[in-house]
Amino acid sequence: MSENPLLRVEDLALYFKTRVGQVQAVDHVHFELKKNRAVVILGESGCGKTSMAKAILRLLPRNVGQYSGKIELDGQDVMQLDDEAFRTQIRWVKISMVPQAAMNALNPVLRAGDQVAEPAMVHLNMSKEEALARAKVMFQHVGVPVDFLARYPFELSGGMRQRVAIAMALITNPQLIVLDEPTSALDLLTQANIMNVLKTIKWETGTSYILITHDIATSSELADEVAVMYAGQIVEVNEAESFFSQPLHPYSQKLMASVPRLYGDKEPDFIPGRPPSLLNPPAGCRFADRCPLRFEQCDREPPTFIVDGHPVKCWLYEKEASAAFPPAANGSGDAS
Amino acid sequence: MSTDLKNTPTPSRTDEDILLSVEDLHVWFELKKWGFSHVGWVRAVDKVNFQLKRGEAIAIVGESGCGKSSLMKTLLLLNRPHKGRVIFEGRDISNLKGRALKQFRAQVGFVQQDPYGALPPFMPVHRILDEPLVINGIKNKKEREERIRNAMQEVALTPVDDFLNKYPHMLSGGQQQRVVIARAMILEPKLLVADEPVSMLDASVRVEILRLLRKLQEEHNLSVMYITHDLSTVRYFSERIFVMYAGKLVEQTHIEELLDNPLHPYTNALLTGTSVPDAANAKHIKHVPPGEPPSLVNPPPGCRFHPRCEHVIAGKCDVEEPPDLEPLPGHLVNCWLYADGQTRYPGLEARG
Repeated sequence: MSENPLLRVEDLALYFKTRVGQVQAVDHVHFELKKNRAVVILGESGCGKTSMAKAILRLLPRNVGQYSGKIELDGQDVMQLDDEAFRTQIRWVKISMVPQAAMNALNPVLRAGDQVAEPAMVHLNMSKEEALARAKVMFQHVGVPVDFLARYPFELSGGMRQRVAIAMALITNPQLIVLDEPTSALDLLTQANIMNVLKTIKWETGTSYILITHDIATSSELADEVAVMYAGQIVEVNEAESFFSQPLHPYSQKLMASVPRLYGDKEPDFIPGRPPSLLNPPAGCRFADRCPLRFEQCDREPPTFIVDGHPVKCWLYEKEASAAFPPAANGSGDAS
Repeated sequence: MSTDLKNTPTPSRTDEDILLSVEDLHVWFELKKWGFSHVGWVRAVDKVNFQLKRGEAIAIVGESGCGKSSLMKTLLLLNRPHKGRVIFEGRDISNLKGRALKQFRAQVGFVQQDPYGALPPFMPVHRILDEPLVINGIKNKKEREERIRNAMQEVALTPVDDFLNKYPHMLSGGQQQRVVIARAMILEPKLLVADEPVSMLDASVRVEILRLLRKLQEEHNLSVMYITHDLSTVRYFSERIFVMYAGKLVEQTHIEELLDNPLHPYTNALLTGTSVPDAANAKHIKHVPPGEPPSLVNPPPGCRFHPRCEHVIAGKCDVEEPPDLEPLPGHLVNCWLYADGQTRYPGLEARG
C-alpha cells in the first residue's frame, strides 16, 4: 500500500449538458492503480465506464457540463495541464487507449503499418523509417504477420484488426493502456488469443491496464483488481481474488450471480429492474431500488466505507468499516 | 442459383415425432466475376444432417463465419439449399413458393440477434405485433387485439397498456427483445429459431430472456433452435448441442455429455476458451489453438480444422475428409481420432 501508485483518480466528475438537464455520467469517483497492475472496471451498459475512460484521457465531447477532480499520473497532477500540454505530454505518450470496437476504429484508407507508426512519428519524433521499423516490432509483439504492415484494414479479419489497434496503443511504450471492451465483438477463441497477448505484454513490458468491460468471465483473465461501477459511481474496489470469490457490494454479488457457468449446479440469476437515469439519480443509494438487502438507511447516500482496505459504497458495511469518506457527510451519526 | 434437386415435394415417411429433418444439406453461394462468370463457391454449409423433434430445444454453437447463420436462413427459406433436403412435418420445403411458402413461414418464429435493428423504429409496439396477423389474413380486429394482448402477457410486457403505444427507442434492450419474441410467437409457430437472442444484452438481463424462452418452449411444446457462440448459456436452455466449424457439423450430442466428454478437438478448444470468473485465470496463458477459421471458398483439404489442430494425424487429416463417427451412442463426431474406437479425447484427463 505504501508504494506510490501509478495513477490516482480523486473525486473525478464528468457531467454532460443536455437539453433536459445534466447527465451525471461520472460522479465523483476515486481509485488507484499501481505499476504493472490491471484494474477492471465492471458495470452494465450506461453506467459511465466509457465516460470515465474518456475523462482520464481527456477525450471530451463539446457538451461537457462539469469536468473536475484530480488525476495524478506518476505523482504529476495532469488536470493542471492545458489541452496542448496534455496532448503532447500525456496522451499516447504516457496513457494510450484501445477504443471500443477498435476493429472499426482504424482508418480505412491508410495501410495498417502506417497507422501503427503514426503515434511514434507524432509523439516520439521518429522518422517514418524508424517508426515503421518499430511498428514491425509491435506487430510481432501482438502476433500479426509482418507482411500485414502493407495491408489495408478491410483486408484483415476482426481479430487481426483488434491486434493492430493494440499495437497502435503500444508503440509509444506508454505506462498505462486503457482498453475499452477490447474483445467484446470477437469470437471466443480469438478473444482468448487476444487476452493471451495482453497478458504477455503486461508481463514483458511492465505496463498497466485499465480494462473496461461488462464481461465478468473474460475480465478475470487480466484482472489484478476490480472496480465495479453503477450509475456513474464506483461502488466497490477489490482485489481480484477476493472479488471473484466473495464480492462485497450487493450489486457486485448480483452481477457475479448472473454469470452463466459451464459447470456446477448453480443457476444464474438476473437483476430485476434497470439502472436509474443519470439525469436525476435518486438521492439515496442508487442501487437501492433493485437491491434485495435494502433497509431504511438506504434512503440516504452511503459514504464509501473501507472494509479490510477495500472501498465499498454500501450501508451494510457501516459497522465493520475502519474508515469512511466523505466523513460525516449528511450528518451521518456513525462516521463522526 | 442452380440446384441439382430432382425430387418433388413428396411426403417422405417420417416418425410422427420429428418436426424438422435436414438431410445432406449444402448451402453454397456462387462467386461471380463481372457479375456472370463463375469463379467458385462459398461453401457456407456442407453436408449437414440432423433431426429436430417436436418440443425439443437444440443449440448450434460456432464462431462467426462457421455457417450457423446460413443454416438458419436456409431453414427459414431466406436462402435456398444448393443440394439436399429440408423436411418440415414430413414435407420437403426447399422448393416452396407463393402461398405455401407463406404458410410455412407462419409456422416458424424468428428471434433476431439485435432487437433494436430488428424492430421498425417508426412503428409502435401495437403495430409491430399487428403486422404478422394482418399479413396472415386475420381480418377480425377484435381477435387480433386479443392475440396481441395475449402475446404481450406471455412475454411479460405488462401492464400491456403501458407498452402498446411505445416506440422501440423508448424501451430498454430487454424489453425490445421481449417485443421481438412476442412478434415471433404471435402466430403460434411450431418452431422458434433464435439467433444469438441475448448476445446484445447486458449480462444482468440475459438470464431473464433465456428463462422466458425456455418457459415459452415448455408451455407451447415448441421446438427451438438456439444459435449462439456462448457455450456457457447453452446448458440452461437446450438438451442437445451441435458444434459447427467452417460449415460442417463436427460434433453433436447431449449437452451434459458434451461438457463431460468433449470429443472433437475444436469442441475442446471452445471449452478451454470459455472463461469462468476466477482470479487464477490472470496468472497463466490459456492453451487455445492459434489462427482463425479458414476461408469457406477454399477450405483446407481433409478435415477443415486440421491446420489448427494439435492432434493432427499427418497423411490422414490433411488428405481425407473425416467420416461421421459414433464412438458412444448418441454422440456423433466428425474426426479421425475416433476411427479406431477411442471414446475419450486424448489428454483430457491430464488437463483436468
